[in-house]
Amino acid sequence: MAIKLKIDRQDVEVPEGTTVLDAAAEAGVHIPTLCHVPKVTSPGSCRVCLVEIEGARTLQPACVTPVTEGMIVRTHSKRARQGRQMSVELLLANHPWDCNACVRNGQCELQTLAQTMGITDVRFPYTREEVPVDTSTAAVVRDMNKCILCRRCVAVCQDVQGVGSLAPRARGFDTVIGAGAGENLCDAVCVQCGQCAAICPVGAIYEQDAIEDVWRALDDPEKHVVVQTAPAIRAALGECFGLEPGTCVTGKMVAALRRLGFAKVFDTNFTADLTIIEEGHELLTRLKTALVDKGEVSLPMFTSCSPGWINFMEYFYPGLLPNLSSCKSPQQMFGALAKTYYAEKEGIDPKNIVVVSVMPCTAKKFEADREEMVDSGFKDVDYVLTTRELGRMIQEAGIDFMKLPDEEQDSPMGMSTGAADIFANTGGVMEAALRTVYEVVTGRELPMEKLHVAPIQGLDGLKEVALTFEKCQPDWSFLEGVTAKVAVAHGLSNARKVCDMVADGEGGYHFVEVMCCPGGCIGGGGQPRMTTDEVRQSRIKAIYTEDEGRTMRKSHENPAVTQIYAEFLGEPLGHKSHELLHTHYHAKEPV
Amino acid sequence: MAKPRAYVMVSVDADTVVIGAREVKTRLAAEIGTCGLGEEIRVLETGSFGPSDAGIVAAVMPEGLVYGNLTPERIPQLVEEHFVKGRPVSAWLLAGEHILPDPETTDSRGQQYFGRIVLDNCGRIDPDSIEEYIANDGYFALGKALTEMTPEAVVEEVKDSGLRGRGGAGFPTGLKWSFCASEKADMKYVICNADEGEPGTFKDRLIMEGDPHKVIEGMALCGYALGATQGYVYIRGEYKLSIERIRNAIEAARENGLLGKDIMGSGFDFDIAVKIGAGAYVCGEETALIESMEGKRGLPRVKPPFPAKAGFRGKPTNVNNVETLANIPFIIRNGAAQFHGIGDPGTPGTKVYTVLGHINRAGLIEVPTSVTLRDVLEDYAGGMRSGSFKMAQLGGTAGDLLDASMLDVPLNYDSLAKNGHSLGSGAILFMNETIKVCDFLHACMKFFAHESCGNCNPCRNGMAALLELTARLKKGEGYPGDIALMEELVMGMQSIAFCPLGQSPAAPVLSAVRYFRDELHAGINVDAVRPRPEHTMRHLMKLAS
Repeated sequence: MAIKLKIDRQDVEVPEGTTVLDAAAEAGVHIPTLCHVPKVTSPGSCRVCLVEIEGARTLQPACVTPVTEGMIVRTHSKRARQGRQMSVELLLANHPWDCNACVRNGQCELQTLAQTMGITDVRFPYTREEVPVDTSTAAVVRDMNKCILCRRCVAVCQDVQGVGSLAPRARGFDTVIGAGAGENLCDAVCVQCGQCAAICPVGAIYEQDAIEDVWRALDDPEKHVVVQTAPAIRAALGECFGLEPGTCVTGKMVAALRRLGFAKVFDTNFTADLTIIEEGHELLTRLKTALVDKGEVSLPMFTSCSPGWINFMEYFYPGLLPNLSSCKSPQQMFGALAKTYYAEKEGIDPKNIVVVSVMPCTAKKFEADREEMVDSGFKDVDYVLTTRELGRMIQEAGIDFMKLPDEEQDSPMGMSTGAADIFANTGGVMEAALRTVYEVVTGRELPMEKLHVAPIQGLDGLKEVALTFEKCQPDWSFLEGVTAKVAVAHGLSNARKVCDMVADGEGGYHFVEVMCCPGGCIGGGGQPRMTTDEVRQSRIKAIYTEDEGRTMRKSHENPAVTQIYAEFLGEPLGHKSHELLHTHYHAKEPV
Repeated sequence: MAKPRAYVMVSVDADTVVIGAREVKTRLAAEIGTCGLGEEIRVLETGSFGPSDAGIVAAVMPEGLVYGNLTPERIPQLVEEHFVKGRPVSAWLLAGEHILPDPETTDSRGQQYFGRIVLDNCGRIDPDSIEEYIANDGYFALGKALTEMTPEAVVEEVKDSGLRGRGGAGFPTGLKWSFCASEKADMKYVICNADEGEPGTFKDRLIMEGDPHKVIEGMALCGYALGATQGYVYIRGEYKLSIERIRNAIEAARENGLLGKDIMGSGFDFDIAVKIGAGAYVCGEETALIESMEGKRGLPRVKPPFPAKAGFRGKPTNVNNVETLANIPFIIRNGAAQFHGIGDPGTPGTKVYTVLGHINRAGLIEVPTSVTLRDVLEDYAGGMRSGSFKMAQLGGTAGDLLDASMLDVPLNYDSLAKNGHSLGSGAILFMNETIKVCDFLHACMKFFAHESCGNCNPCRNGMAALLELTARLKKGEGYPGDIALMEELVMGMQSIAFCPLGQSPAAPVLSAVRYFRDELHAGINVDAVRPRPEHTMRHLMKLAS
């Protein structure tokens, strides 16, 4: 049913159930918000989006007030303006005045609000007591002195990720966002996904900064510093320089990294292709054990590229750990190979090689620090930068990003296929795996339009598809007529649903892709802010375009992958692969 | 057994229990027994008579004499003198017409005493005896409703009575009921809000302790009117005796077929359970109360949807205050017209208050809504105990501060609203000239800052600012402009805060400024200059490190 109302003297007609905020947007009126994040949370508690509604005794929050027939809304009356100003002034009163030295300086939602509302003085007293900054995890820093208690982090942690490590503690002015039962995040069941850092409007939660470490390595003439970039970086880095979400900047990114001083600019895409070969063979081996040898094997197999997801499994579903693929993530495969294969090939002492990753993810910082990740004899990946940090480094170096030419990655570890590109988004790893597995088993290309598996694309939380193998190659004849059922989940609350189904013996899946963050890595905790569903869709579109523009779109077609097996690894799941490319997991005690 | 010639009613409420009311009762019974009078004189437990500053109180009926400040040691002498020799011990008797009023008498201002509606049984019956409640017309209204009235008729009767919510906001009860009654749902809930948290207000506690069945009956009537089958009494955890007596009353009502399945053969099912709160002030706000009942952090909800549409567990829910529900049996039993005839036509009926401060008789009173603050002070509170009247806070900490110019305004919603004030939750605090307005305001703000739930920004940060502003005034260190800033802040909060809690400081602050501006102004240091905010912050951080 359509509702007619007046907003700032304009007639507006919107469907029933629309909020005043959205109706105003229809009418071209932007009402400022703070605690409201579409599709995530609308607690109506920051009192920034207040509007005057005729007949209402108090100002009403536009983000949660539904429109009613004949409603008369004034969004910038004196009363509405003054009410909003007071809300923001009260927030500023107890927010530290060190904007100039804040990581969010210039990109802070509170600053923007103060500026748009014309606030030039704060008359209310600062009465807050200082608390220590929480630097206890590898992933994020929590400076609760800067917290304005909007609780966006709480909502994303509890409702979107279903982890619930953040929750308000104490009451009133003493309220703090606590980590589990303790002060510090290391005391909580935190998967380190960094969604809290991505959604924080101010400088209260941000990534552990590795920029200085990376500069130090680059400045050290003894060091040979190589860099890998995750598939999702190229679709988002441009946003750090004012480009529209969904602008792919692969070539400029490579050029910028070269100018920053990296000896070699490689690509995590290379090891993403390698992951498909290893993981695909692991899946086929598991299927063979189950179908031919009738042996004990854990199915479905879960993907293992996403370190936040691994943490989630280790905390919440230790019983399903045998279902996780033993493949390391592409980041860690890359690190292990850079300090072995690449070192050997180039004749560089691996102790002088520094591997830097650029990841859309804060959990990757944690993953690089895992004690298992030293199979090269050294720490496989030395430093992890998020997309945001890389953006800051490029700015700090004075590189005019927009003027950069498009350059190409170095070989051999910079070569990749379209299948690796789509690792960036939900459904991508599965699609890449199916492109290879289907072709290996049947000798024919995956019979789908443009090689895309439509049912597992898009932002639905839980997607599935079934695929029947027919006319199999002799080696894989045991799969003849077998229908493989696969599922894709993204966002940990959806992962939880799949895990519960699997734990209950339901679903009948053979292979499940899980990405920790909503939308997959393109929506990672280290990506430029703000990642909304529209932004996710734009980035995904950019990634698919990148994939479709390639001549090689299947991992097994990557000549560098063929080369590394021939020169170094031997065969998929071979001895060397096991040593360098696979890992194991431990159940973690929930704190 | 022979009919006793006298009853001794010992007032046992949460206050007197801790100072030994039950020991006094036991001692009395034992002593009377020792004197061989056990057959003639019965010792009973009852709720509060009213006084809250007279220690352990007991009344001797039918004479209507009331003893105060009793101790176990005084019992032998009392029994010997009063019951054996027949000579009341005048030194221990309490004075005052407000104690055990006789419906036939008039008060000192010549007004006919009308009889109590809510407290009629308090101090007269044993709260743990359903028989005594029934003997005093208890559950008559429920029987009448179930056998003679449709649910719609009950709602109409309450609407016609003009009863307005006694929790403080004064919303018409019948109208509120009609919202929930018109909802179609497989389950509806009736909640009695007994989370009384306003400082100085303890009338709901004394109602529950003195006459728990009245609350139960009111809830059952509400359940019938609204089509609800389950009720909850949300009682704050500190109210141990209320919890005990309400639970006993529920149990007794169930045993007597007055709660449970097919009540009085009418086909109406209704049961009640007790939920215990943890004492957060904000849980008195009905949606925060519902959140708390669902086991969550007690934070107010976004409205709409209102509880009448989606409340407890997402089902239509009606929340009423204890006193509001305790008015219902009278209205149904005697009809809306009789109720409407009592007190002020805009706020029909009576209002129960706890009166306290520098007065001669502190305690519980029930007065028609036509009486003035002066009536309460002079007739019921016995005048000022020391000094002279300076101000009164009406309705707990969230209430207005009134000076002597408001003494003759009748205490009802409309008369007070005409003067820019509200009735509040049912506490009246009388203060003499020894109380400084700045100190008093600061104490009020301390309470709010402590009780702010912290969910919404204006209340969380606004209370902290008010605490600091009033602290400065108290110390005589206010900056010029602080009073105007404080006014601007509380008026702003009134318009932008999430729930009534954040809107509350407006009443005490604005009324204090209105009546005591000069006194507040004395808290300003006219030479002081407000520092830039970043300097204040740095200074504080230095202090902390």
